[in-house]
Amino acid sequence: MTLILTLASRNLFHDRVRLIATIVGIVFSIVLVTVQLGVFLSFERMVTTMIDHAEADFWIVPAETKSFEGSALLAGRERLQALSVDGVTQAIPVVVGYASWRKPNAGASTPVLVVGAPTTSAGLQPWNVVEGSVDDLSMPDGVAIDRSYFEQLGIAQIRGRAEINNQKARVVAVTNGIRSFTTTPHVFASLERARTYLGVPPNRANYYIVRISPNANAAVVRSQLAASLPDAEVLTSEEFRHRTRVFWLFDTGAGAALLGSAILGIIVGTIIVAQTLYSSTKDHLKEFATLRAIGSSRMYILKVILAQALISAVVGFSIAASIDLALVKMTADAALPIVMTLELTAGLFGLTVMMCAIAAVSAIRVVTRIDPVLVFAQ
Amino acid sequence: MTKTMIEATDVAMALGEGPGRVDALKGINLSLAGGELTLLMGPSGSGKTTLLSVLGCMLSPTGGIVQIRGRSTTGLDSEQLAELRRDNVGFVFQSYHLFPTLTAAENVRLALDVRGEHSPLARVKAAKALATVGLSHKANAFPRALSGGEQQRVAVARAIVGDASVILADEPTAALDSENGHAVMTVLAEIAKDPARAMFIVTHDPRIMPFADRILRIEDGRIVSDQRRGASLSAVRTLKYAS
Repeated sequence: MTLILTLASRNLFHDRVRLIATIVGIVFSIVLVTVQLGVFLSFERMVTTMIDHAEADFWIVPAETKSFEGSALLAGRERLQALSVDGVTQAIPVVVGYASWRKPNAGASTPVLVVGAPTTSAGLQPWNVVEGSVDDLSMPDGVAIDRSYFEQLGIAQIRGRAEINNQKARVVAVTNGIRSFTTTPHVFASLERARTYLGVPPNRANYYIVRISPNANAAVVRSQLAASLPDAEVLTSEEFRHRTRVFWLFDTGAGAALLGSAILGIIVGTIIVAQTLYSSTKDHLKEFATLRAIGSSRMYILKVILAQALISAVVGFSIAASIDLALVKMTADAALPIVMTLELTAGLFGLTVMMCAIAAVSAIRVVTRIDPVLVFAQ
Repeated sequence: MTKTMIEATDVAMALGEGPGRVDALKGINLSLAGGELTLLMGPSGSGKTTLLSVLGCMLSPTGGIVQIRGRSTTGLDSEQLAELRRDNVGFVFQSYHLFPTLTAAENVRLALDVRGEHSPLARVKAAKALATVGLSHKANAFPRALSGGEQQRVAVARAIVGDASVILADEPTAALDSENGHAVMTVLAEIAKDPARAMFIVTHDPRIMPFADRILRIEDGRIVSDQRRGASLSAVRTLKYAS
């Protein structure tokens, strides 16, 4: 077996203080990048959670709608126009809007996002219902909230009462895990009740969830829908998801900030590793000159330095991954949990290796210019 | 019949340019034969180390020709020169230049590793080289656990492990006491008997003159005397190493 790895690892572990500095740099960098990208992924998933859970073939949305949460009202005639298209079996209205939730006993107010859809047809219903049922939303003033918002909404248990935009509300169903990516909780209600809370006129809605017959040609149906609804847009769920993601992640700057922090983490890590590898190489200059004097090729020396970078990357990444896993567990119930996927983990490992390889460039520049005659200097 | 391992023809070496230019070597003609231990002596600044660097393919001469086993170094780039060193030249340095993080055996094996020899045979060769310098029992010791003389013997083992046809040594005894210096020179002299290998030692140390087959003196970049063992060396032979 070649001595390259032996030499590289012993050079690294010989100077423990410098090794610790290198590893801390890598760990700091990778944990920072993981947190930012993990939150980014989480954010990306959460902003489309309503669209993900809707059983839609198409969405009819007001023109220029940017996200699920922020749309205008459709004119109202779209439902009948949609149902008149061959292949369309259902056009389910959905009402969405921000409202003020007043805690019981004249408590403080907090904003909520009211989501209303018919309780009698599939479309967009609360999921993961752990207490009560979706059918209970048809009860007078009935709403569903997630148990994680009980404290924020001043609710102690199911059947708790509050007010939404000064109108009565009663918690008749409780969900588990429907978290908002903002601090604004979701409140599910029947279509009629949601219209009342939000002041939406009867027969009007923000969206229509279109369902088509299994035998229908989706492309043809979509084309006919679009032709019959010139003032609205017809989107697939994927298109609606994409549009919502783009709005929340990039138009608002939130995603850019997360990615910016991740890039900053990479830069800081690269600089720290580059600095330590460079100073390590400078300290071992005579050894590299000796290697050159005894006839080693430049490639051999580059391999030693790259092996040092790779070992640093593996050790640093292993520690960082352990910390990341702990963070994922710790934030599992947080409003915006850190998401760690296999792809992200593999990508981060590749990133760590790439970061360390780039960091080795300064050290490589030193050794490629090394003069073997240096071995004669005393 | 001895074979010429290295040959310098009218070699010149200028260092620097313009007013700061120094002609370190001027018209050096030299031939080193296998089985011969040659000493190069001269005052500081006379060009000893420069000549060693040129003969060892670390520097390309600015004039003349250097040939290692018949292959000219003229026009070779740094990688080709490294290849020539790797295959033909073994170095022994004043400061040993062992790798502190490698054991004695690994330090010796390194000379084979850079040649791409990683097989178990490389370990055998390294062990054999260490045995040649009498350090088999120190194979797993790190340099810090070795005396100066032992470290220099490990460096000698590293120089010979690849069967280099030329061993170039720069002041190999300068950092050693008399006893260790004598031990190192004894090993080098023994190795130099191999007709397939020429040994060239740069030194200030007159105590090693008795080991020489040939002594060259250099002054101001020119070889001013060339004495071979025999009548002309009989005087220096009486110098005893103070051991």
